[in-house]
Amino acid sequence: MTDHVVSRKIYFLVFIALMVGTAVTVWVAFFDLGAANDAIMLTIAVAKATLVVLYFMHVRYSGRLIALTVGSGILFLLILLALALADYVTRGWVVLGR
Amino acid sequence: MSTSAATALPEPNYLSAGWTLRSWLLTKDHKRIAILYMVSVTLFFVLGGVFAFLARLELLTPAGDMVTADVYNRLFTMHGVIMVFFFLIPSVPAVLGNFLVPLMIGAKDLAFPRINLLSWYLFMIGGTITVAAILLGGVDTGWTFYTPYSTVYSNSHVVLTVIGVFINGFSSILTGLNFIVTIHRMRAPGLTWFRLPLFIWAHYATSLIMILGTPVVAITLLLVAVERLLHLGIFDPALGGDPVLFQHLFWFYSHPAVYIMILPSMGVVSELIAAFARKKVFGYHFVAFASIAIAILGFLVWGHHLFVSGQSTYAGLVFSVLSMLVAIPSAVKVFNWTATLHQGSISRETPMLYALGFIGLFTIGGLTGVMLATTGIDVHVHDTYFVVAHFHYIMVGGAIMGYLGGLHYWWPKITGRLYPRFWSKISALLVFIGFNLTFFPQFILGYLGMPRRYWSYPEEFQVLNVLSTAGATILGVGYVFPLVYLLYSLRRGAAAGDNPWGAAGLEWETTSPPPTFNFEHEPVVTGGPYDFTNVKEALFDE
Amino acid sequence: MSSLHAEHGPRHHPALAHHFEDLEQQKEASSFGMWVFLVTEIMFFGGLFCAYLIYRRASFAAFAEASATLDIDLGAFNTAVLIGSSLTMALAVWSAQMSRKKLVVLFLLATFVLGGVFLGVKVVEYGHKFHEHHVPGRHFEWENPATEAGAEMFFSLYFAMTGLHASHMVVGMGLILFLLVPAWRGRYGRDYYNPIECFGLYWHFVDIVWIFLFPLLYLIGRHGVPGGH
Repeated sequence: MTDHVVSRKIYFLVFIALMVGTAVTVWVAFFDLGAANDAIMLTIAVAKATLVVLYFMHVRYSGRLIALTVGSGILFLLILLALALADYVTRGWVVLGR
Repeated sequence: MSTSAATALPEPNYLSAGWTLRSWLLTKDHKRIAILYMVSVTLFFVLGGVFAFLARLELLTPAGDMVTADVYNRLFTMHGVIMVFFFLIPSVPAVLGNFLVPLMIGAKDLAFPRINLLSWYLFMIGGTITVAAILLGGVDTGWTFYTPYSTVYSNSHVVLTVIGVFINGFSSILTGLNFIVTIHRMRAPGLTWFRLPLFIWAHYATSLIMILGTPVVAITLLLVAVERLLHLGIFDPALGGDPVLFQHLFWFYSHPAVYIMILPSMGVVSELIAAFARKKVFGYHFVAFASIAIAILGFLVWGHHLFVSGQSTYAGLVFSVLSMLVAIPSAVKVFNWTATLHQGSISRETPMLYALGFIGLFTIGGLTGVMLATTGIDVHVHDTYFVVAHFHYIMVGGAIMGYLGGLHYWWPKITGRLYPRFWSKISALLVFIGFNLTFFPQFILGYLGMPRRYWSYPEEFQVLNVLSTAGATILGVGYVFPLVYLLYSLRRGAAAGDNPWGAAGLEWETTSPPPTFNFEHEPVVTGGPYDFTNVKEALFDE
Repeated sequence: MSSLHAEHGPRHHPALAHHFEDLEQQKEASSFGMWVFLVTEIMFFGGLFCAYLIYRRASFAAFAEASATLDIDLGAFNTAVLIGSSLTMALAVWSAQMSRKKLVVLFLLATFVLGGVFLGVKVVEYGHKFHEHHVPGRHFEWENPATEAGAEMFFSLYFAMTGLHASHMVVGMGLILFLLVPAWRGRYGRDYYNPIECFGLYWHFVDIVWIFLFPLLYLIGRHGVPGGH
């Protein structure tokens, strides 16, 4: 087997990072930072997910095909969210006839 | 069973590998699973066709006099649900795709044979549940299950039907998963991506759509069932819900779904044109990329089903432009097929007749799609017979003709037998004539304002409706003929031999029927597809 | 035909399926297959996330009020538990790769236990919601009429999303039990650990879903609520 074995040290480091990220997310939630609250929460969540994907799920050590597969899943989810929201966000932007 | 040389089939082959019910129902052989699907999709097609025919009988007269409006609603709904989910989505991929994908890439089977079998069982379970719903009285919401009618007001078996469709969705997902992994990981040595037959490219693109789209309709239908059972308000405006959200989620899948229905048939057509013009497909790379482009672009256009739903005008503009874009790769394919015919050695065999019919009818269907993508026109013809005609030109004139053409082309490979070519050409003609007579009048009806899903209509529309029903009768006869002569060929047809059509492709380099593991020795590929230089001539001189 | 029913010689690994050339191809196929399946799961949950984003935008104040009634301590605790279970699962894969067969069993069990803790906490939380009459449907009760519809929508999505997530966890725990038997018998090692790796991918995915569910459901507008409870 030519599989890359990820070291336990990396796994523990990722674990610590995920726990820290969780703590920060909860801590930030109690401050009123306006729009930044959502932005920070989402950024941390995305960072945590990225660490899980790259290290726990070994994507960092897998080929291009796996990376492409993950990427397309995320891309099409974003397409669903973006185009559906685009309807709601733009209601009332264009008014015809009146 | 006759044992003369003319009818003896090569042994051993996958058909003679076991005669027990168990050997069929517990098979892991992709070819047997394809046959299981072939039988079941045919049964569903007949059921869906019966509902269509009953609806067309009602429409012979302007008044609603054969059935009640409520029953009529159930007729067209069941026609749609069965045809879309239990015939059009599975037919080409699960029958022809399952049989041919491993053969065409030189593999012994798909990547996950047991998951393939599971796929068929999920199809049958979903189908049985849906048939149960029909026997209990059916559903009257339209195959689109719009809310809040489906979640609150309909007094029909919505939950049972959506559960049946939900389970069937997983059948689709597993088929797509199997194809993607197989095509990536199990190609024979030397078979690079750009040496693959276009049938494979088409099925690969289709599988992408199955994977990315189906789960969304799955969760949406689950929500419909939960909402109906628990009286939640996710899609019910009276409780603060949003029916347009349902439509967004539903069409996010159901639009790409139409590409699931057409892409495999386009793959078939590429093979048929190449074989019966005895020429490699013109612009191979363009056709391959066009398949992928259709799959991807197909996910960006669903809002064209929501033009008059209350969706924002701005979103309507965006979806309209994107919908026009998706027509481009389809047109590219039509031009390339036509260019392939140019200076080809054309044979008028039955599969070619279906392929030529496909090109013409799909073009009409596709062009009317561009018309519908134009919001100004759509406002006028939305929910009229214009739309019905448009999608039947693609689904029946396109997808089903592709399926029939493929069936007639690969039947000798699948069964080892030749069918009566004269009768097959007669039925192709009946199908073509019957189809156009059924659906062309519907373009006119829709443009003149006849709404869809209505069981009565103004007097002045009667002539066109009668023509349409007459056409449907001829079409129905055209569909019955193959059932008869194809079954006849199983007993009485001459042995086909490895390559009766003189076609190029790995599937033609093994016996008809193939052995269980497809090839005596693993093929090694050294050149591209549609290479006729070392292929013997066809058996027939058409 | 006999060449295809070839001798099952010493090189033929018992786990190798006949239609594959070798274990390498089989492993690549099964990992890739699991990833393709996870893409379908992304889209499956994605539909719910889409509904959530649209309704949150429409009824933000109600969503914030409703979110504040969720127990943030339990939610954060559960997040930590699930992250821990991802660690133990990753270590289970590591153990298999290193052929440390007893550790495989240990880490699978640890993952199972942590999963059970998560589900136990969820049962407690659902119990709270039931007693507070926050379960949508006939018995829903909400003090503030201005945010009642939005709050009920929040809870519909809360139960749908955490319910779907929890059901994935239940399936996962069932699969661990399935894996434990061959693991106990020492079946998984350096040469063959596909099932452990593929299951690991599934389990990590379920963890990622929760990584997004937690802030989206529990932490909307907490700053506006004194004490956060």
